[in-house]
Amino acid sequence: MSNIPENLRYSKDHEWVLVDGENAAIGITDYAQSSLGDVVYIDMPRVGDKFAAHEAFGSVESVKAVSEVFIPIGGEITAVNDGLNDTPEKVNSDPYGDAWFIKIKMDNVLEADGMLSAEEYDEYLNANG
Amino acid sequence: MRYIPNSPEERAEMLTSIGLSNAGELFRSIPSDVQLNRKLKVTDPLAEPEVIAAMEEMAAKNTGATKPSFLGAGVYSHYSPTIVDHLIQRSEFFTSYTPYQPEISQGTLQYIFEFQTLICQLTGMEVANASMYDGSTAMAEAYLMAQRVTRRNKIIVADSVHPEYREVARTYTQHGDAEIVSVGFDEKTGRVAELNGLDDKTAAVVVQSPNFFGCIEDLTSIAEQAHPAGALLIVVVTEAISLGLLKSPGSCGADIVVGEGQSFGIPMSFGGPHVGLFATQDKFVRQMPGRLCGVAYDKNGNRGFTLTLSTREQHIRREKATSNICTNQGLIALAATIYMEAMGKKGLQEVAMQNAQKADYAANQIAAINGFEIAFSAPKFNEFVVRGPKPADEILSKLRTENGIIGGLALSKYYADRPNEFLVCVTETSTKKQIDALVNALA
Repeated sequence: MSNIPENLRYSKDHEWVLVDGENAAIGITDYAQSSLGDVVYIDMPRVGDKFAAHEAFGSVESVKAVSEVFIPIGGEITAVNDGLNDTPEKVNSDPYGDAWFIKIKMDNVLEADGMLSAEEYDEYLNANG
Repeated sequence: MRYIPNSPEERAEMLTSIGLSNAGELFRSIPSDVQLNRKLKVTDPLAEPEVIAAMEEMAAKNTGATKPSFLGAGVYSHYSPTIVDHLIQRSEFFTSYTPYQPEISQGTLQYIFEFQTLICQLTGMEVANASMYDGSTAMAEAYLMAQRVTRRNKIIVADSVHPEYREVARTYTQHGDAEIVSVGFDEKTGRVAELNGLDDKTAAVVVQSPNFFGCIEDLTSIAEQAHPAGALLIVVVTEAISLGLLKSPGSCGADIVVGEGQSFGIPMSFGGPHVGLFATQDKFVRQMPGRLCGVAYDKNGNRGFTLTLSTREQHIRREKATSNICTNQGLIALAATIYMEAMGKKGLQEVAMQNAQKADYAANQIAAINGFEIAFSAPKFNEFVVRGPKPADEILSKLRTENGIIGGLALSKYYADRPNEFLVCVTETSTKKQIDALVNALA
């Protein structure tokens, strides 16, 4: 049973978004970290980089695989969780808190509305997991 | 991997089982107008003694490196202890190939790990790969790596870097975004001049030390200029033995060290196969090209070795690969490892010292000849440029035909505006007698 906090929005690529006005924090879900296994490295973008919705903004490397991470909504990177690479295991232990990957200024706040709710993500996992 | 040929009977059986009557039918999908439709133009089969005689006749046309030679310029005459050849010819080493299956390649992986460790120790860097093809391609790969790391495209490279290395790097980068800018060298010292063009678009500054003219560069000073501009310092080492005497490039601030390992017990072989060295700092490891061997522990806590960080390689992630190289110079790297370990720290220092002392003796003797001078004043290792009273080509030709001495390399081959200069290299294999003969012939 994966953990799916109610206050977040979700993508089918297993990223979560925490909306805060016109800014958002983004990370990967409990389901994603569990599938990946022990995370060893996160390849981050740089502050100032701009991405359109669904573009790959980096990658997560675990002991068994490397997966790209996709930005669910378009925006400009305002912060990168640099310290995460000193303790990458936090992605496994605290995927929704300390292990946020990036913070962005959204291009279009309405794009967040189009994402899945916690309930919809849960249904999606049950149907496809 | 063994070669197991099939007999004519086995071939006929295989063809029958797939419904064909001859091997030619396997190629029937190739249009007949592009098929060769004739026999290959090779001789009929020869008997073993005839083959040997034919090969010996061809081989006899080679001039072995037997004349006293003062050639360097990227390929060096050094003594290779017999243990090198003796060990690499063991069939476990000689025929083994890529260690992709660590469970059956621990021996290979161990020597690769030792090679990488030794290169780190000698270059003063934190991580080294399992080797590249040669020094020139290693340098080209360093350009590309610097572009990736800095996300900038300008590469400043000194004219005193080996001309053929610069040519190879130009070939590698010609269709990409790299903007290559050259900087000259000081006429008096022979060292790199002003780093013109160093700005916030510069990915790297590339210098060779000792440089093509044999001059030792002030790497620390160059690092102190490159780093504040956000550029990486790439140091090229063509004469690996120099690492036995000179301050390591890593301790001077190099971000990437590339070079040629041929000096570590590898024959000159008319240019190859040789072995490229590539080392960098830990923080850049994920952008490094080439194979990388690492230590790992099994579930019982036993140490083993394995290829690692494989997502840098194209067979794992094609579009994110750091290079298209998918091999290394395994056997040559092994030979170099055996050389380094047989010589040891003290041995390498001693060899390097002999190189420096003999070169110094030769330079002093030549400088004392009327009409000759040492062109550049910077400190040298085992190579230096001599400026003579007439075209170097003439002087060297006379040395070869009348004295049986290969006196060096005419700079005009690469630097058209330097007709009277030639590059002389003196190593531990040059005897005092040979050096004195050279000096007498020049006088």
